[in-house]
Amino acid sequence: MLKTGTERVKRGMAEMQKGGVIMDVVNAEQARIAEAAGAVAVMALERVPSDIRAAGGVARMADPTITEEVLNAVSIPVMAKARIGHIVEARVLEAMGVDYIDESEVLTPADEVFHLLKSDYTVPFVCGARDLGEASRRIAEGASMLRTKGEPGTGNIVEAVRHMRMIQGQIRKVVAMSEDELMTEAKNLGAPFEILLQIKKAGKLPVVNFAAGGIATPADAALMMELGADGVFVGSGIFKSENPEKFARAIVEATTHYQDYKLIAELSKGLGTAMKGIDISTLAHGERMQERGW
Amino acid sequence: MLKIGVLALQGAVREHIAAIEESGAEAVAVKRVEELISLDGLVIPGGESTAMRRLIDKYSFLEPLKEFAQNKPVFGTCAGLILMAKRIQGQDTAHLELIDMTVERNAFGRQVDSFEADLMIHGVGEDFTGVFIRAPFIVEVGPEVEILSKHNDRIVAAKQGHFLCAAFHPELTDDYRLHQFFVKMVQSAKEVVA
Repeated sequence: MLKTGTERVKRGMAEMQKGGVIMDVVNAEQARIAEAAGAVAVMALERVPSDIRAAGGVARMADPTITEEVLNAVSIPVMAKARIGHIVEARVLEAMGVDYIDESEVLTPADEVFHLLKSDYTVPFVCGARDLGEASRRIAEGASMLRTKGEPGTGNIVEAVRHMRMIQGQIRKVVAMSEDELMTEAKNLGAPFEILLQIKKAGKLPVVNFAAGGIATPADAALMMELGADGVFVGSGIFKSENPEKFARAIVEATTHYQDYKLIAELSKGLGTAMKGIDISTLAHGERMQERGW
Repeated sequence: MLKIGVLALQGAVREHIAAIEESGAEAVAVKRVEELISLDGLVIPGGESTAMRRLIDKYSFLEPLKEFAQNKPVFGTCAGLILMAKRIQGQDTAHLELIDMTVERNAFGRQVDSFEADLMIHGVGEDFTGVFIRAPFIVEVGPEVEILSKHNDRIVAAKQGHFLCAAFHPELTDDYRLHQFFVKMVQSAKEVVA
């Protein structure tokens, strides 16, 4: 008996990405640079988050021409973004043979109440989360991989750090609790009880959790690994830098050897100017992508 | 106790470490060349073979790994199998070139085609759940290579001397028979040297 789209096959795909870097790309040339630099996957987009932020308006699934171009350019897995709750964008990406779908707050949500029922699909999904409640709801809907939301397109790591620390701290709390306290914790977090029980028993999340949203330097990537990320997504950081090739390689190495500080010093030399970055407090609530999703 | 390393440049390292420990050996993650010295055997895990190869080159792992493999057992799964093959279809060059076989990358299709299937593995047993994720398969093998398992007529596990490889991911299940099989290989290799 041959079974496709099983939970193990979908979650397992993300397990294989651990310790790696997933890079945002907008065309075949960038995808090839990312692959050559050692990216474990690429995220095919029409615009990177900082450009989406600058452009304003409604951000949607990328033109399939771009996604197809990237699919044909590299042998590593290709991810693509669908709007939160947009069943048809997700089905279209699945039909195109995309390897992973990001139900992403970087795009303008299509549904302000419901997320996708991701367990319905053969293709695996990654979703953003800021705390354990959000993370557990996404897992219960069928997400096979998580990432921090951070604040995309800002080049500012502070929100990704906040979200990673929050989730790790809440996991430690759940693990330390006695089982009879768990239902009230589930109520307080807005988390499905069964998922919290799984986390308590395993001592960790049942899926891989990457860092995303604001990683702008090799040291940022290493910091997120230090805080317990299984790997990192780098969006605007790479192809908005002066020397994308060198920058991409440096991020990959810093992620693998995140505790080798001498090496990170070497890697960080002469990378040119990183993204300028945005102070989060200057963003109005409506401009904060992390507040999208429910 | 036997000490088996898991190459930890990228990929599913933690799962292999758990499986090796469940199989009765000590397991360590290997990130640097000098960590190879104290090992009795090595696992090359699943992950992205292109990403791993770049890190192997960057940290000058290629020659030390080949040297290690001359008399110590190596077990590669998925991307690890690709790294161990002498020939890769559609490419002019291969990586560690340990096993006399030709492999094809992503041979079953994209992620939506990834699957689980029950396998019979010679010397290991029946009803082994093979988890195939964007998996390669072995197109052909040389005379020295023993075919251990096939799925729909495609070779998915093989052994050549002290080298073992699988196109699927035994580390993603809690069936440790294949890891136990490898630990035995490491044990006998050590006895021969002693």
